[in-house]
Amino acid sequence: MADTIKSASIAGVLKVDTDLDELSLEVEAAKLVEVATELRDNPLLSFEQLSDVCGIDYLTYGQDEWETGGSGYSRGVSGASVGRMSFGDETKAFESDKPRFAVAYQLLSLKHNVRVRLKVYAQDNEFPVVPSVTSVWSSAEWAEREAFDLFGIHFDGHDDLRRLLTDYGFVGHPFRKDFPLVGNVEMRYDPKRKRVIYEPVTIEPRVLVPRVIRKTSRRVSSEQPENQDSTADGSVSEEQQDA
Amino acid sequence: MPEIRNYTLNFGPQHPAAHGVLRLILEMDGEVIERADPHVGLLHRGTEKLAESKPYNQSIGYMDRLDYVSMMCNEHGYVMAIENLLGVEVPERAQYIRVMFDEITRILNHLMWIGAHGLDVGAMSMFLYAFREREDLMDCYEAVSGARLHATYYRPGGVARDLPDTMPQYESSRFRSKNNASKLNEARQGSLLDFLEDFTNRFPGCVDEYETLLTDNRIWKQRLVGIGVVSPERALQLGFTGPMLRGSGIEWDLRKKQPYEVYDRMKFDIPVGVEGDSYDRYLVRMEEMRQSNEIIKQCIAWLRVNPGPVLTEDHKVAPPRRAEMKGDMESLIHHFKLFTEGFCLPEGESYAAIEHPKGEFGCYLISDGANKPYRLKVRAAGFYHLAALNEMVNGHMLSDVVAVIGTQDVVFGEIDR
Repeated sequence: MADTIKSASIAGVLKVDTDLDELSLEVEAAKLVEVATELRDNPLLSFEQLSDVCGIDYLTYGQDEWETGGSGYSRGVSGASVGRMSFGDETKAFESDKPRFAVAYQLLSLKHNVRVRLKVYAQDNEFPVVPSVTSVWSSAEWAEREAFDLFGIHFDGHDDLRRLLTDYGFVGHPFRKDFPLVGNVEMRYDPKRKRVIYEPVTIEPRVLVPRVIRKTSRRVSSEQPENQDSTADGSVSEEQQDA
Repeated sequence: MPEIRNYTLNFGPQHPAAHGVLRLILEMDGEVIERADPHVGLLHRGTEKLAESKPYNQSIGYMDRLDYVSMMCNEHGYVMAIENLLGVEVPERAQYIRVMFDEITRILNHLMWIGAHGLDVGAMSMFLYAFREREDLMDCYEAVSGARLHATYYRPGGVARDLPDTMPQYESSRFRSKNNASKLNEARQGSLLDFLEDFTNRFPGCVDEYETLLTDNRIWKQRLVGIGVVSPERALQLGFTGPMLRGSGIEWDLRKKQPYEVYDRMKFDIPVGVEGDSYDRYLVRMEEMRQSNEIIKQCIAWLRVNPGPVLTEDHKVAPPRRAEMKGDMESLIHHFKLFTEGFCLPEGESYAAIEHPKGEFGCYLISDGANKPYRLKVRAAGFYHLAALNEMVNGHMLSDVVAVIGTQDVVFGEIDR
């Protein structure tokens, strides 16, 4: 199928990837609808179904909280991932040459029994916009509403882009990496005012396990499988912890 | 002439037929639905975000709580995504156990569905019949994992432990006489497999009972036939999967088309509807229960004669045995690392989909090389089914809304996530 897509040479497909035997296309945001229509209508491809739409926020991609490289490793946890932030905390500014927000679409072709994943990056980090594919697949309607609600990604051409999962009157986009895990507000019934009121959260962030990145990839484990985490004796082999 | 105008009706979230916490805003013309706008999210717990702050193996329990009537299937999708990225092998026996419990779960789910659907439409006794058999299957859950609902039994690289040789027993109490208890315990004297075999022999008779009550029942047919018709083209467009798609006449089942675990060795048929109405979906699900029963039988036969490991021996991913840990330093380190830090997945992305009782359950996992997922997206079948509610109830009467919600088999744990 990867070859079919390559030979179809659809304008707007930037990259074809078959990592882990899963076919993945990177698509230019401006051409998304054309690519989607082609993928659906070309009889060699015929991706009739859109299985899923997933918003992604790359703000903290590749960041860990616990230095494991170099000589020995630190004792304390540094850095604040989304789970350790609390109300009002600032996060690190996003520094990457790639856009911050992306949307991944899982497509399914029943005719050819193949799945493909489209990935579209939203160019503007402040106001991410991606064209809507509701005109191509009806199932995108709620899926895009969800991505809008949770990530604040706008879908141009969606005619009913309301919040879906969060509360009425919710502020912010909870699945963004700069939105704290404990949330911003909590709700309780106030007997004096005889109604439900919102207040700033009082609970403390409580994440027990630090986020650790170890470059001991398992999928290449055939090369050197031994001694991957003999960290108990510290200095021996905190191997390949560079970068 | 009186002034006639549309009015808006609020349905739920506290409504017995709302299957949990569905709120519907219905625009009605008399008793005919003009537009239905489901308001979901009342059970939104942010499972995907919670998973981002925990090591991989600590989120398995969250998966149970997604679709809380088909627990193990949710776990299955999640651990499969992890296994894809890790490239870890699952022992054959564990694969059979998974298939067996997936099918037990399918029956559990469909029993819950037929009970609730019957209750919605007015067939009260269905609920009692369905729960009679659910009880036995939940005992199997209990026997294997210790929990009747939220099992947390599947692990990356296999299942938590092997099938037990004993079944939990009923005890006599103020409310249950000794005689009664020993009668209930009759089938529970042997191992889990003995008990399940007894169940699979009984179960087709039970399905016959349900069908006697419903299939030719005039009221049941009046409520279901021709209600919520979805054409095959629309079903694909709307993202339907599972029995909802098969009810519309499309022969698509991931167990057959993209077999995972040992489904390619199982003999079973895919029931397919013709009309695409609620009644066809009912028939499809009933037949699926019979087919699942057959698959369980095949698994039992295999599991009886093929002992073996049920969890991978790769101790970076699965804990070593307790006894080894006591005497072996390496095992102790593995155990400590696994339960404090967890394991890191290589950088990459994977989408793993299984045939969940409700449709396609997918887990899209993005890893940046850490011990926690960078992003986990759960593709819930019910989400897309409920999204199509407006289209399915349009032009139907108010009472049919309840029948359509029932036929969609929605559970808010997975829709709201």
